[in-house]
Amino acid sequence: MNIIVCIKQVPETTQVQIDPKTNTLIREGVTSIINPFDMYAIEEGIRLKEKFGGKTTVITMGPPQAECALREAMSLGCDEGILLSDRAFAGSDTLATSYTLAMAIKKIKEFDMIICGKQASDGDTAQVGPGISAHLDLPQLTYVRKIEEIKDGQIVAERMTEEGFEIIKMPLPCLITVVKEINEPRLPSLKGMMRSKNAKINTWKAIDLEMEEDRIGLKGSPTQVIKIFTPPARPKGQIFDGSPDEAVEKLLDVLKDLTI
Amino acid sequence: MSIKIISEKCVGCQICVKVCPFGAISMVNKKAVIDLDKCTLCSACVDACKFSAIVLERTFSKTQNIEQYKGVWVFGEQKKGIVQPVVYELLGKGRELAKKLHTQLSCVLLGHNIKGQAQELIYRGADNVYLIDAPEVANFLDEPYTKIVVNLIRKYRPEIILCGATTIGRALISRVAVKLHTGLTADCTGLDIEEKEKILLQTRPAFGGNIMATIVTRNHRPQMATVRHKVMKENERDKTRQGKIIEEHFDNSFYTSRTKILDIVEEVSSTINITEADIIVSGGRGMRGPENFPILEELAKTLGGAVGSSRAAVDSGWMPYSHQVGQTGKTVCPKIYIACGISGQIQHLVGMQSSKIIIAINQDSSAPIFNVATYGIVGDLFQVVPLLTKGFKEKLKR
Repeated sequence: MNIIVCIKQVPETTQVQIDPKTNTLIREGVTSIINPFDMYAIEEGIRLKEKFGGKTTVITMGPPQAECALREAMSLGCDEGILLSDRAFAGSDTLATSYTLAMAIKKIKEFDMIICGKQASDGDTAQVGPGISAHLDLPQLTYVRKIEEIKDGQIVAERMTEEGFEIIKMPLPCLITVVKEINEPRLPSLKGMMRSKNAKINTWKAIDLEMEEDRIGLKGSPTQVIKIFTPPARPKGQIFDGSPDEAVEKLLDVLKDLTI
Repeated sequence: MSIKIISEKCVGCQICVKVCPFGAISMVNKKAVIDLDKCTLCSACVDACKFSAIVLERTFSKTQNIEQYKGVWVFGEQKKGIVQPVVYELLGKGRELAKKLHTQLSCVLLGHNIKGQAQELIYRGADNVYLIDAPEVANFLDEPYTKIVVNLIRKYRPEIILCGATTIGRALISRVAVKLHTGLTADCTGLDIEEKEKILLQTRPAFGGNIMATIVTRNHRPQMATVRHKVMKENERDKTRQGKIIEEHFDNSFYTSRTKILDIVEEVSSTINITEADIIVSGGRGMRGPENFPILEELAKTLGGAVGSSRAAVDSGWMPYSHQVGQTGKTVCPKIYIACGISGQIQHLVGMQSSKIIIAINQDSSAPIFNVATYGIVGDLFQVVPLLTKGFKEKLKR
């Protein structure tokens, strides 16, 4: 079984600030990590390979330094890493990003399943996973919390919903996005770390993929950010002290006009 | 832009005839022929043709005939035949946007035996309801829902589409946006119309709410946005409102789905679903163990709210994951969020800091939760929470 895991490198913290002069994000000094949700996608990709054989390929689109994210995934057990990096990809929104990833997956050709994290922690859109499956016209299942079985070219999995879950069956090849509940990611092994250090990472540029020029990067992105700003801070709160009885009484008093 | 049929590739299967929303394709000598007077270059046939026999030379940098896109649409998400509350909130916002654009507000409703719900959507602000009533779409399935919604958008060309940022909404609308090749902005907290250009201003948080961004889709239509539950305000129900219910029919090819539902399981333990709750009582590491959560349940029950939890309590196995609030759990926006024994790590704060009132109860006065709290009590939650429950019971006479 061949698995493709799509990951994203994100800032480690969400405490990003705006440079008041240029009105752009200050990214310097912020360390990058693999998007936390993608760790579950990587783990699931490795587990499926261990169970069914085959290989797990990890792929990311980003600046050259996103290579670190691929190496980390490989230290955990992914077999191959592909970096999509080109100035032409810069400024991609979710439509252009999902198109670019889809075109790279088309080039990889042989796969049974694509796994993505349910969303990235920086943008929080949850749009790229379903976007990839739409471009490739694959069946999809989002918010997967458990794979029950994979048999005879069909997968049975649980999709998390607001009220509980649904059990869904679909044929391979397909795309799933996963939530935290699906597994507990492993730590890298020493052997894995050694191996990943020297592993070859394939870097693909726009020219390496069969793509329409006006569908990538800024040009291929219908959405445009026209303004960024810091939200107004929450006003300073009121702390009640004294004995528990007194504090609770004061709290109930300020809440008394509230309709519940 | 031009469209043509490569007759050597056309096998005469007639799929394109069925998918064309404008009836522009007919068969002549067992080959498809496009009537260019009726064709709007919507590309439905190009996507449907299995033999790559239809070629559309298109530019992706702009939607053609942009000025023909009119009207505001809301996706009418339903579960078990009940329209979800986020839809009414979107109709509230949609009404306001439609007014500014001097246009109509419509809702798309897919389900089975749901005509009564269509009327309700009109009472809540819709001018038109496009109704697809069929057993195959009783429950959400990614593929048929996508095919039908895409077809209707190509046919009626709305300029704006709003959809709830729910599990269903996010899966569906991302797929729809790609098929239509247009922009989609997730989780908007503000929507407005730019006066001069008459385009949709979509404001949303990024980086866990530490940055706000305003986004536009200037050259593509429809302009699509998702909005979380409880962000917009719903309209009052008005039983005198008039509107049209337009039933839409599709042939079987639209209803086929590669994904099949084997079972739907509801497992929200105790009280209610936290993303729907107006009041959430949440517990963290300070709860010390699962045996202490009943005091939170008691308070939640008194207030008609739900019980939430921090990641620490879920990871310790004290609460199920479906109750987790925060970056790797759910984002909530209740009227009142009561954090008990939660220190307030940033990962937790990003999931609840847009709550209207935050009440923090914690022993540690330097806990970061107090930085976002509207009201705080520094003290032992095992004393404070029961007193609070008792106080509310007296006040509410429950």
